[in-house]
Amino acid sequence: MNTTVSTPAYVEPVIRSLHVAATAARAFEVFTANIGRWWISTHSILASKSPQASVTIEPRVGGRWYERGEDGSECDWGHVLAWEPPRRLVLAWQLDPQWQFDPALVTEVEVRFDAEPGGGTRVTFEHRCLERYGAGADAARSGLASEGGWSGLLERYRQIAR
Amino acid sequence: MAYHNAFAALADPTRRAVFERLRGGPVSVGEIAAGLPVSRPAVSQHLKALREAGLVRHEVDGTRRLYEVDPKGLGDLRGWLDRFWSDSLAAFKAEVERPQHKSSSRRPSSTRKAPR
Repeated sequence: MNTTVSTPAYVEPVIRSLHVAATAARAFEVFTANIGRWWISTHSILASKSPQASVTIEPRVGGRWYERGEDGSECDWGHVLAWEPPRRLVLAWQLDPQWQFDPALVTEVEVRFDAEPGGGTRVTFEHRCLERYGAGADAARSGLASEGGWSGLLERYRQIAR
Repeated sequence: MAYHNAFAALADPTRRAVFERLRGGPVSVGEIAAGLPVSRPAVSQHLKALREAGLVRHEVDGTRRLYEVDPKGLGDLRGWLDRFWSDSLAAFKAEVERPQHKSSSRRPSSTRKAPR
């Protein structure tokens, strides 16, 4: 975990909001227990290149988030940071720029499921802490960690990219 | 994909160091090399890779080439994640709203519908 690494920079999170015609409980269940049913299976990073057989989010704080190939090999993607069915889920997405699992890198995926007055559920999705891409793990590894290092660079990038 | 290219380009520590030299504004190859323990030809190679990844661009100032951060770079990086989650959440919505069959509440392993 890189929670002690200072990451003052900020990269705008990816935010999505969508309505689904289902109860919050079902939406939560499909997002978690049934993630393998909707995960686009080409989004796989198994070292063995085996076809993806399943994706699993273990239903508890600290639980693993991983994929398994048809050959039985597994690859971690992250872990569960908050498990509050059926309202809220926070996952740690721990894939580095080279698509390798890096336990020192934590970007956060938060999903909220709120019942809507007219029926159905409002799903609010946020993938944040993107400035940590490289800020903690990579920079520390390569000795580039500094106040003006990677995270400062991304911040500058963000400003001029507006 | 641009995103992959960008992250792949920045996976190299020396290349990242070259990239960071551009933070202060446009600089020449010589100015970059002066602060790093690598040769000018090596810096040029790294700049070429960064340019091909869409992270760096250059302008010509008289006889000098000045390199700077390409502002579209972050858009590519973040844009990839943006599209990634758009596609994934659309697939999630379709699955949530798919008619349920009472007899198949358990997850079948053979109903993967995602295209490969």
